[in-house]
Amino acid sequence: MGHLVKKKKKELPPVSTASLPDIVFMLLFFFMVTTVMREVDLKVENTKPKATEIQKLERKSLVTYLYVGAPKSKYQSLVGTEPRVQLNDKFANISDVGPFVIEEREAINEAERPLMTVSIKADKRVKMGIITDIKQELRKAQALKINYSSTPAASADDIYKDY
Amino acid sequence: MARNKRAIPEINAGSMADIAFLLLIFFLVTTTMDVDKGINRKLPAWDEEEQVDPPKLKQKNIFTVLVNSNDQLLVEDEYLSLDQLRRKAKEFIDNNGDGSCEYCRGLRNPESSVNPGKAIISLQNDRGTSYDMYIRVQNELVAAYTELRDELANRMYGKNFEDCGADAKKFIKEVYPQFLSEAEPLNLG
Repeated sequence: MGHLVKKKKKELPPVSTASLPDIVFMLLFFFMVTTVMREVDLKVENTKPKATEIQKLERKSLVTYLYVGAPKSKYQSLVGTEPRVQLNDKFANISDVGPFVIEEREAINEAERPLMTVSIKADKRVKMGIITDIKQELRKAQALKINYSSTPAASADDIYKDY
Repeated sequence: MARNKRAIPEINAGSMADIAFLLLIFFLVTTTMDVDKGINRKLPAWDEEEQVDPPKLKQKNIFTVLVNSNDQLLVEDEYLSLDQLRRKAKEFIDNNGDGSCEYCRGLRNPESSVNPGKAIISLQNDRGTSYDMYIRVQNELVAAYTELRDELANRMYGKNFEDCGADAKKFIKEVYPQFLSEAEPLNLG
């Protein structure tokens, strides 16, 4: 009889939380591996255009970014409102693009240099004049693989509207 | 003696989860998840000297797309809206005027391109064209090629171009090579 009484008194054991840190660490490592540190502080407006025919950029280490757009309002008193190029963390002239790209290419391991891609992250409101000048600079620097950064559009109709 | 025997108290691991959460939140905030995507293009190599003898191309093999500073399209000398561009471009590439492309299903219009291997799309924009419009036009022209390649892949292999094997892709690319040339921009206003 004594046995039975004891059994009835036993409560449901609490759920063990000992593995919680492990779960969280797993999540943490997942995020550390899949994400990239925000490299630059954007100083230009950057709303990417929409497109449907887009390809993913593989190998982040082989990609060089160029940001183009009108300076954000807090920088307008210093550099004006005309669209500018941003290389790393500072505003630059179009003539700086070539040397910058060459420098970036030097940093890449020699065998992989031909695979280098320049990603042009331009604001959709800029005019083609500045983009063309950048493209000429890239041609002169022999950086011929480029990628026009854009956001995926849901459908083709998304592209036709407000045109 | 008893004092020596006393075990060192275990470190409390209860706050481990909190520390890990803190780290997790830090990484969530400082990192970006967005994968970089965009339209891949290849620029022509820079030539110091002017090309002495530019390759002669028949006018019917060139599909001219002009975009002016008001973001209006002029395609083959006629005004066109953006949603018609893809169909027009496909008709032009797939035209197959000389019948040498056995996989094409074009209209075989003698005034249009002779075969996809010779068909060239020439895009010219103004310096005042908006980048948004330029990307839209680029997108439509690339989409025209993608659709043609997909159609062929579906007819021959029953799947989309992207899902085909390397050999099949190579073959389809030979049938529909992508010729998209960009002229120096004008400054017409």
